[in-house]
Amino acid sequence: MTQITDRKTWLGLLARAPQGRIAALLTGVGTIPQATDLRRPEAGSVMVQGRAGATGNAFNLGEMTVTRCSVQLPCGAVGHGYVQGRSQSDARAAALVDGLLQTDLADLVRAAVTVPLAAEAASRQQARAAKAAATRVEFFTLVRGED
Amino acid sequence: MDNAALQGGFIDPARDAARAFRAGMEAMACPGTIQTLNGCVAPAPMSVAAATLLATLCDAETPLHLAGTCDTDMVRDWVRFHLGAPLVGRSDAMFAVGDWDALSPLDAYAVGTPDYPDRSATLIVEVVALTNEGATLTGPGIAQTAKLSLPGGLLAARVVRYPLGIDFYFTCGDRIAALPRTTKGAH
Amino acid sequence: MYVAVKGGERAIDNAHAWLAEERRGDPAVPELSTAQIREQMTLTVNRVMAEGSLYDPDLAALAIKQARGDLIEAIFLIRAYRTTLPRFGSSLPVDTGAMACDRRISATFKDLPGGQVLGPTFDYTHRLLDFMLAADGDVPVAPKMPVDPAPVPHVMSFLNSEGLIAQETCDGTPAPDLTRAPLELPAARALRLQALTRGDEGFVLGMAYSTQRGYARNHAFVGELRIGSVPVEMEIPELGFSIEIGEITLTECETVNQFTGSKTEPAQFTRGYGLVFGQTERKAISMALVDRALRWEELGEDDQGAPAQDAEFVLYHCDNIQATGFLEHIKLPHYVDFQSELELVRKLRRDAGAVDRQEAAE
Repeated sequence: MTQITDRKTWLGLLARAPQGRIAALLTGVGTIPQATDLRRPEAGSVMVQGRAGATGNAFNLGEMTVTRCSVQLPCGAVGHGYVQGRSQSDARAAALVDGLLQTDLADLVRAAVTVPLAAEAASRQQARAAKAAATRVEFFTLVRGED
Repeated sequence: MDNAALQGGFIDPARDAARAFRAGMEAMACPGTIQTLNGCVAPAPMSVAAATLLATLCDAETPLHLAGTCDTDMVRDWVRFHLGAPLVGRSDAMFAVGDWDALSPLDAYAVGTPDYPDRSATLIVEVVALTNEGATLTGPGIAQTAKLSLPGGLLAARVVRYPLGIDFYFTCGDRIAALPRTTKGAH
Repeated sequence: MYVAVKGGERAIDNAHAWLAEERRGDPAVPELSTAQIREQMTLTVNRVMAEGSLYDPDLAALAIKQARGDLIEAIFLIRAYRTTLPRFGSSLPVDTGAMACDRRISATFKDLPGGQVLGPTFDYTHRLLDFMLAADGDVPVAPKMPVDPAPVPHVMSFLNSEGLIAQETCDGTPAPDLTRAPLELPAARALRLQALTRGDEGFVLGMAYSTQRGYARNHAFVGELRIGSVPVEMEIPELGFSIEIGEITLTECETVNQFTGSKTEPAQFTRGYGLVFGQTERKAISMALVDRALRWEELGEDDQGAPAQDAEFVLYHCDNIQATGFLEHIKLPHYVDFQSELELVRKLRRDAGAVDRQEAAE
């Protein structure tokens, strides 16, 4: 179960990475085995659904662009990459990382790619949340004595 | 999902699919002619022609029915990865693939409605041999007559209440032929 | 009767060249980049994404540049581009309860878990033109404060302890899709919500305003308005589990409306719902009001004949691409149609003239 959670976590992280970031971080890994395409990077769309009243029946909200790719490494490991947006190189880089994280290069790739990605995502979210917190209204109740 | 199911898709999707579409279209436009159709490989026992036709025509919005020996876990995985087509029973199918015995009888398949005769099922019949001998075909797209080997009992089973009806493809190895509902056949 | 068409191709090529020149404007002025549009005209990008029905800020920015700022033209470009993308599937319904809120307010309850968070809003500006913006000045730094890690639950969920607010239940019906099947009436609520979220902001605003002015007597309160990013999750067949495939900014509005009860239902508050791509507040609130108005039948209310209660009127006219498509087609040559009209009018005049002369003779 932890394996799935880990893989689910890192795939989500890769999907949300800023454009070009995964490829840039991969250069820090050194030599990477050549991967073959099982499915070449392909840009498409996903229909996003919402719920009526947030908890009711599902409805179609609109589509978002997503690019996906699947590769196979020489050792046989298969990597799947799904990234938000239309970048074919990002999708391939994500698939490559997903594959590598299932091989004995996993620790190296984790340190070079997914750990920095997670830290960057967290700090982006934290910065935004801090700005929102500054706009939170603190209501002070004023007691006006006997009436 | 078994890694083997992830193999066998189009290598150059844009060009390969366009070529494949042309072959499928020619087969239907000129009933009785046998076209070459390849580019995809699906797990056994699906033929190359059937696999390529499905990869060209099917996607997440074309429910597909796998019949008989075509309905294996490997084939299902291959369909899910490469096509994304929902796998359904006969009555909901837009496409169905299998050999003639597994696909018969024809009652449950959609034949279209008077307003939308195109909302019918297209059957891809896997055959052991495909030759220009046997049944005599006439009709649109055929100069005088054409001859095509058809599974026994197909012409009798095929009820055509034009414009309603079912259209057929026949696949064998990397070869394909078609029998649209507009074609008349006789043995 | 055929009208001769020659020389059109050259005229069109020249028109396109001039269009490109006009789009560029004064060459001495720096060219606008799509990145600038994406970053500095975000609310325009949001509208194009919402009504184009495609979440991709870069594409929307490009469409806006290409359309010279004509947003319906830009939406048209996005709608067309959308049709070239293969659809990989549908996401799981987004969980707006888990939203990282940039903005979160309620007009019905003052003190609520998570608080009233204003966010980057125009609401408290004085609406005076700021000429400092015309001369690129320095941007003040937004202050930061410690973050309260407590969750921010939906107002509706925790305030139903008295059972006075109608609950939204899910019966598992798959969402209908008007991009795949023609919109037919009667339309289920899910289909109406899809039509409204991609509908023209001005039209939906006008319809919403009409409900406030008495056309369907809708006294709505904003129960909650939240804006922020949510993750989007999808089942991946080759993996066998679902993963996050991205995150998007959404605006969600829940309105609370009074309902005096019917034979079967006790008096309670009923709800309207708006959900739109991006920070698109006015649209989300409008959508919620129109959603509520269109629910009159399932809530057992009377049809007051108000336009906003008429599903056919609202749903068939809210799509600005359909609207402009038919509107603008009247620019196309209708020479033959008009010739026959002209002949008819002349004949009617002649016949009337003949009758007059006959009457005069008698």
